[in-house]
Amino acid sequence: MRTLYFGRWLRAAPVPPPPPLRVPAARAVSAAQVPPRPAWQQGERRSPPQVGQPRRSGAREEDGRAPGGGTATSARSGLPLTVEVLDHLERLALVDFRDSEGVERLQKAIQFADQLHEVNTDGVEPMDSVLEDRCLYLREDDVTEGNCTKELLKNAREKVEEYFVAPPGNISLPKLEERETFLQGS
Amino acid sequence: MAAAAARGCGGVWRRAWQRGGGGCPAPTPRGQRAVSCNARGGAVPAGKSGLAPWVPVVGLEIHAQISSNSKLFSGSQVQFAAPPNSLVSFFDASLPGTLPVLNRRCVEAAVMTGLALNCSINKKSLFDRKHYFYADLPAGYQITQQRVPIAVNGRLSYSLCIDNKMSQMVTKTVRIKQIQLEQDSGKSLHDDTRSQTLVDLNRAGVGLMEVVMEPDMCCGEEAAAAVRELQLILQTLGSSQAVMAEGQLRVDANVSVHHPGEPYGVRTEVKNINSIRFLAKAVDYEIQRQIEELENGGTILNETRAFDSKLGCTVPMRDKEGKQDYRFMPEPNLPPLILYDAKSLPANMNHQQVVNIDWIHERLPDLPSVKRAKLVEQYGILPEHSFTLLNEDGLTEFFENVVKQTQMKPKKVIGWILNDLLSYLKQHSLTVKESPVSPFLLADLLNLLEKKEISSTAAKQVLAELWKGEGKTPLEIVKEKELELIQDQKELEQICQAVIDGQENEVMAIKAGNRKVLNKLIGLVQRETQGRSNPVLVKQLLEKKLSE
Repeated sequence: MRTLYFGRWLRAAPVPPPPPLRVPAARAVSAAQVPPRPAWQQGERRSPPQVGQPRRSGAREEDGRAPGGGTATSARSGLPLTVEVLDHLERLALVDFRDSEGVERLQKAIQFADQLHEVNTDGVEPMDSVLEDRCLYLREDDVTEGNCTKELLKNAREKVEEYFVAPPGNISLPKLEERETFLQGS
Repeated sequence: MAAAAARGCGGVWRRAWQRGGGGCPAPTPRGQRAVSCNARGGAVPAGKSGLAPWVPVVGLEIHAQISSNSKLFSGSQVQFAAPPNSLVSFFDASLPGTLPVLNRRCVEAAVMTGLALNCSINKKSLFDRKHYFYADLPAGYQITQQRVPIAVNGRLSYSLCIDNKMSQMVTKTVRIKQIQLEQDSGKSLHDDTRSQTLVDLNRAGVGLMEVVMEPDMCCGEEAAAAVRELQLILQTLGSSQAVMAEGQLRVDANVSVHHPGEPYGVRTEVKNINSIRFLAKAVDYEIQRQIEELENGGTILNETRAFDSKLGCTVPMRDKEGKQDYRFMPEPNLPPLILYDAKSLPANMNHQQVVNIDWIHERLPDLPSVKRAKLVEQYGILPEHSFTLLNEDGLTEFFENVVKQTQMKPKKVIGWILNDLLSYLKQHSLTVKESPVSPFLLADLLNLLEKKEISSTAAKQVLAELWKGEGKTPLEIVKEKELELIQDQKELEQICQAVIDGQENEVMAIKAGNRKVLNKLIGLVQRETQGRSNPVLVKQLLEKKLSE
């Protein structure tokens, strides 16, 4: 146990341990229905703008929808939606695809984004920020902030003598074989 | 040269094994295989067992905390020990609605370091977000420079002693891949008894320079020497105080081994290295562990290992499972960082908003290598001496002050500084600043010696007395202990004659041709005079008398 700066409580008489920290379950969202229409598809169904030559040849559709049925792939970007990829996404974003409808929704989302490939960007420098033509402001090296420990700790549910309290380490999702998920079957 | 090198580094290897005992799976020295680094940069073992040789490859990632008043993207203070979470602004705590504002001093520090390491400075560099989850990274991402860092393609020259006697030094170079600006994370204190982590964000957001070195090194000694030189450079520039003990300089080593001619082996990353000495140990242990593992038919995992300084070995780290997906993306809140030089300087811009690379270049101080060359040229000392002078904080100033105040030649003064003064300080774990003997006192003493008022043995006695720090001057001590050399020629002649008269056998031997016996007579005279005679003069007198 490393020494704490100003950790007076360590040398005090032993106190009863605090109530155990309730770690929120990885999927706190109740098994709600997948919403009928995702946020990015609120508008009317219409064909995507035909701007320039599409960059990829291959499966070209009129209205941007993938050819129905068959394997779960995202047709444009070519990355197959394997179980490994889905498990990786679940692990990174702590999202639960829950059932095949969830995976389909993911597929449709990827297809929707794939429309970006319609634009011919040959020879065009990628833009990484709308601020790219602005000047990056440089601040003088003066101390102007800080010393608001009390205010910051007001947000903390648990604190120990001016430290924030966190679980002992990252609790990652168990491996695919060891947890109950629909992905195992697919 | 190669053989000499083999001896040097090989010795380090064998010693590292012998130290790695007790509780740690110390690699067994199979037939004393010594893997040594030769001057050409490869590593070739002594090949005693006849097995194929191994080439270790070591690359370093060094994080240096920028020496500035405030943090990289916020105005909170940078200070080592402070009440927990007292140096934290709303941005550092990643409260919503806060934005990063770049600190000019951090940019200048990175440019200085890049120029000192012969890098090309990118006039346009970009900031990115590196995402991972950990309690001490409240935002869930770290702002760094992954795509286009501020400086690239430099080199660092460092020197190694071939053998441990410091008499032969070889210069090596390691390429610098890039230098980038990034944020530091907070500090986690693990409380295993209560199964929780306490988080202090004072360090979160402090500016860091990450120096990425190419894997050009082949053993722990080289890695340690390179880091030491980088530390000296950073301290000279003032861009970082680079004190490893305070966490201002953190080193991670990437180690792998392979056979010559084959592709590089799987590398492991070694973390939790707290000093330069431990860096050498950790790297050497890891190289040996990998060799052992592969020779036993095992494989090396691409994992992160921690160095346990008590056991002297590396152990796998818990929290790092598999390869991390950092999901790099451009930092949307920061435009590109544009730097200027004399040619591209815009006419109407506010000076405060402009970082001029040429302006900084003109004001760079003398780097350690330049300082050493100047010392060697100015004072005629050996290159090895200049290394020791620069390695100890304040020793160069001490030496120069003594030289200024004494008639003794610098070549002789350096002996007193490095042998007597430094060994005393080391024995008592004192820094140069804490020395009870000031440059003035030492110069005084050396003047007495130079004027032949005392012998060098007597001078050492006086120095021992001066260490007590009782405030006496050398002259006072000499008088007190009656250490002055006898200046009276007649008195000396009398004593010499007395000794000659008393040692008939020896005199006969000398006259017969055995000159070595003369030393015995000189010794006797010294005893008679209680060390207060000048041996050179005594020898002359004795020889004169014996030839009569």
